[in-house]
Amino acid sequence: MGFRLGRHQRQLIPIIHESQSPKPLGRSRVARILATRERLRLAIELTPPSAWMLIIYIGSLGALIITSLYSMQSDPTGLITKLDTHFTAMNFRRLLTSDSLSSVYRTVTLRTVQSAVTVTTIDAIVAVPVAFYVAKVASRWARRGIIVAITMPLWAGYLVKGYAWRSLLDPSGGALRKFFGHTPGFGFAASTLVLAYQWFPYMAIAVYAGLDRLPDSLLEASTDLGAKAFRTFRSVVLPQIRPSLIAGSIFTFSLTLGDFYMNRIVGGTTEFIGNVIYRQFSVDAPFAAAFAVVPIVIMVVYLLGARAAGALEEL
Amino acid sequence: MFLSRPARIALRSFTILVIFVLYAPLGYVARLSLSTAKNFAWPPQGWTLGNWQHALHEPGPRTALWHSVLTGLLATAIALVLGSLAAFALTRHKFFGRNVVSLAVVLPIALPGIVTALALRSAFDRIGIALSSITLAVAHATFCVVIVYNNVSARLRRVARNLEEASADLGAGPIQTLRLVTFPLLRSALLAGGLLAFALSFDEIIVTTFAVDGGYRTLPLWFSDNFSRPNALPTVNVVATFVVLASTIPVYFAQRISDGAVA
Repeated sequence: MGFRLGRHQRQLIPIIHESQSPKPLGRSRVARILATRERLRLAIELTPPSAWMLIIYIGSLGALIITSLYSMQSDPTGLITKLDTHFTAMNFRRLLTSDSLSSVYRTVTLRTVQSAVTVTTIDAIVAVPVAFYVAKVASRWARRGIIVAITMPLWAGYLVKGYAWRSLLDPSGGALRKFFGHTPGFGFAASTLVLAYQWFPYMAIAVYAGLDRLPDSLLEASTDLGAKAFRTFRSVVLPQIRPSLIAGSIFTFSLTLGDFYMNRIVGGTTEFIGNVIYRQFSVDAPFAAAFAVVPIVIMVVYLLGARAAGALEEL
Repeated sequence: MFLSRPARIALRSFTILVIFVLYAPLGYVARLSLSTAKNFAWPPQGWTLGNWQHALHEPGPRTALWHSVLTGLLATAIALVLGSLAAFALTRHKFFGRNVVSLAVVLPIALPGIVTALALRSAFDRIGIALSSITLAVAHATFCVVIVYNNVSARLRRVARNLEEASADLGAGPIQTLRLVTFPLLRSALLAGGLLAFALSFDEIIVTTFAVDGGYRTLPLWFSDNFSRPNALPTVNVVATFVVLASTIPVYFAQRISDGAVA
């Protein structure tokens, strides 16, 4: 019996072997080829951009940190200073200790952050109604026109617009003085206003993108449930566009934090972090590098907050 | 819709006011380009086409414009390649270190311009690379990558991957699928991203200031040099007006592309 069965089995085994065994083997081979190809593909796709960004950009940030740990040493005559490549925390001590010098840098930092917050707030307050009009009220034709009108100033003339504002703001006979009888003149307020003007398109586009994704039916549902316009705005629109607002704010905040040209044009004697870095760079590059760590820290904190709010995907 | 008529009118008036404020300085510069005065003073004096004629023969702005276009094209080309590769890698695969790479792509635009500028300059100085048009294009490409990356990855998230799988099932090789399926799906996103990247590079000055040697002037640098020279001001106004007018062409195309692309 056993023998017969055995013979039978022996006959069956090759059949089973042929019909079942090759399949899993083939499947795993295909899977392996696919997986290899997938990994190869990922390697091809990932290597060039990550090499560029990690080596060139992250590497540059590394070079910045290294430079910030160097110092400028004057020779015995005191006439020539040259770069000393021994690591020292001197620059950071100069920034952080509470002597008179460092309070200057603290003031500059606070002033820059204050401007960045103001610019972001102004842009957000102006962008929301404009973007809402474009996305939900304007006709299709008007929508396209307004989007073009808002994005076009991004193309040209950041500096030219700055100089045009300089003329309009001029306290001795600029257009603002002529028409409104008042101008903020040149200084912190002028810089902040002009920067809000310059970065407005970034905020407007971000908020528009968020509103465009917001289905009209949500607004209608809110109205049907008895909400007035303001209540709908506060309870439906605002929570939905919050990530877009944060994404836009990253641009307006960071662009202001790193700007120094507008201060040179309309800021009078006002200095932001960028002005100090620019001025120090030709005199004391290591100190300039150390001061550049301050806006990095501010932006990292800001980005971590934005990521917690889920806004980084919107960037 | 739930808005009352007065509310709509208020929104429309506000939008019109904002657009007026956006364009007032540009209109002012355009008016000045036709003025006989050699300053920015209000109100503009006289009318002339002489500034425009004069500007035609100026070599400075033409060279600077060429440099800006060249830098923009080079940076955009690099950004298109790196940005779309990064978009494929980061939206289509999950892998260890994905967050690090996505952060590295976004960081150059999220960190303030002065930081990017000084970081790149520190690297060039530490390694001992002489500043040139190449260092400038490299610097610009670095912050342009994220623009293309954003556009392409937004598109990739929307288009279904099964179109490419279908192409592969029908016997197309990877290159053929890329050429006949993937690229057409991405074309408008690539164009929109490329245009935006070019615009960003074209008007950039902070990184530019640190990434190029004194002899190489892009258009923003040329503007910066010439505002303080009274004799050059009429030409500055003409060139600025010309650039604003010329930029309507790519902006128009960008808008048409993104309209046609809504899937």
